[in-house]
Amino acid sequence: MQRPLSLTALLLAALLAWGSAGTAWAKLTIEITGGVEGAQPIAVVPFGNIDGAKPGVDIADVVAADLARSGKFKPMPRREMLMTPHREDDVDMREWQVLGMNSLVVGEVTPRATGGYDIRYALMDVFSGKTLLADTVTSTSKGLRNAAHRIADAIYADLTGEPGVFATRIAYVTSRGHKSRVALRVADADGFNAQTIVDSAEPIMSPAWSPDGRRLAYVSFEGRQSAIYMQDLGSGRRERIASYEGINGSPAFSPDGRRLAMTLSKDGNPDIYVLDLGTRQLTRLTDHYAIDTEPAWAPSGDHLVFTSDRGGKPQIYRVAPTGGMAQRVTFQGDYNAAAEYSPDGRSLVMVTREGGRFRVVMTDPQGGSRRYVSNGRLDESPSFAPNGNMIIYATQNNGRGVLAATPVSTGASHRLSRDAGEVREPAWSPLMRR
Amino acid sequence: MNLHLRPVAALLLAAAVTGGCATQQQPLPPAAAPSAETLDAMQRNGDVAAEVPAPREPAVPLSPLDDPGSPLYKKVVYFDYDTAEIRPEGAELLRTHAGYIYQTPSARVTLEGHTDERGTRDYNLALGERRADAVQRFLVAEGVPAERLSRLSYGEERPAEPGSSERAWSLNRRVELVY
Repeated sequence: MQRPLSLTALLLAALLAWGSAGTAWAKLTIEITGGVEGAQPIAVVPFGNIDGAKPGVDIADVVAADLARSGKFKPMPRREMLMTPHREDDVDMREWQVLGMNSLVVGEVTPRATGGYDIRYALMDVFSGKTLLADTVTSTSKGLRNAAHRIADAIYADLTGEPGVFATRIAYVTSRGHKSRVALRVADADGFNAQTIVDSAEPIMSPAWSPDGRRLAYVSFEGRQSAIYMQDLGSGRRERIASYEGINGSPAFSPDGRRLAMTLSKDGNPDIYVLDLGTRQLTRLTDHYAIDTEPAWAPSGDHLVFTSDRGGKPQIYRVAPTGGMAQRVTFQGDYNAAAEYSPDGRSLVMVTREGGRFRVVMTDPQGGSRRYVSNGRLDESPSFAPNGNMIIYATQNNGRGVLAATPVSTGASHRLSRDAGEVREPAWSPLMRR
Repeated sequence: MNLHLRPVAALLLAAAVTGGCATQQQPLPPAAAPSAETLDAMQRNGDVAAEVPAPREPAVPLSPLDDPGSPLYKKVVYFDYDTAEIRPEGAELLRTHAGYIYQTPSARVTLEGHTDERGTRDYNLALGERRADAVQRFLVAEGVPAERLSRLSYGEERPAEPGSSERAWSLNRRVELVY
């Protein structure tokens, strides 16, 4: 089963989305680019439509595409399916055994009297014939894609023992060409349902999620100076958090959501500060004439890592949230920057330079063993999926900025890009509570 | 710099004016997608803390700054990779501008620092500021009053030249003097 899904797109997903004032931030496209070594064969049978249901979203297709993007599953192409049962009772398991499947998903969609749909589905083990999971998900007509992502999350969790991240979102910055408008957008993890959070003629940078997934902090240069804003995604309300003289950059929410780490140069040159969002008290963590920037919290909240060139070249250091002595973490190479912790705190991902190439590398929290995650020349902005199994980062493809997501274990990688313009600075949301 | 209110003071002032709403929050209009300009304009409405951008100095007719024959027409100094060191030709240009700024009391200049696209964006933001700082220190050493100068780093966010060639990179590592 080493046949790669190849460079031809397995899945092309397109969405026309519209920004303000008729600005079209056209298509965000997903393309699976890597192979799927060791991926489990699974058949997601097209769901039946009961009582004249016309859901408008192919639930099974969304579920299969989610599972494929994880790199852990290899959904069976529909044209190879000999039967299309919708209920457990209708399944002839021998057929699926012959076809070499490990797992089977069947389901059906029924309209609700009050509007929307009930989606009943079952996950079955092909060897034993047992039902591993059977559930009914209710959805509004508009929420069908999200319902499909939640079904994929449940299947993924059942089969891997880890939470799925298909019902999460990705924030990113996008622009059209040279010196054009810039937008901060949020899309579903599969690139659909993209919405503009803010757009501007001036640069927008550094989106950061609050731990509850309800707010984004970001840097905007509107008014010809940098400032950190915090915006509530539900209401659209936003608040200016920091607009000191000089740099206001790199916002990062603490794991408890009560504090925001940031880079400010108001006292002369860039240093790391923490703002208590309740009391508005600002604590300075570093005080060095070198550049200190890119703070990121350890999941435990007991320290932060940041980038500093105090040793001559940018390297990763760690410091307590109250400040004090900073300890150097990375020693390999002459450029290590923008570190971020994995959700379990056992790994760091960062950007490293070697031979003139900037790539994403994973290391342990002591900066010891290193493993390259990306293979481009100008890769940056790595961000972990909230289950720690995928890393999304920015890379270049044919001279354009695109996003790439790759499993932490090897497997299928995929690319999110626009048909024109740039996509950059991805930030993967936390798990969304419903 | 008198337009810059310290945020704490600004918040207190805003609270005093708006009667207790200490945070600068405004709801979005329900129909329109949020543009920064809209949000910013809403923020300015009844909010003392929001800063109104200073109007740019109107171009004086026949200003040497706009005369392609004047040495002051050039307003960009370039840098080598990963340094904020001012090169000899940059120093020459900056001396010319220092003289002009010194003799023109109304002149206010923003020093906009930029980098090429290599390296992380936030680190480049800091590098751009380091370049703007270097130019500021140079101009001050040449006698320009520091209060006439302000710094703004855009990092790699505003390339002068698109693309990933050595040429584009060399044109993007720069400080622009914006009068």
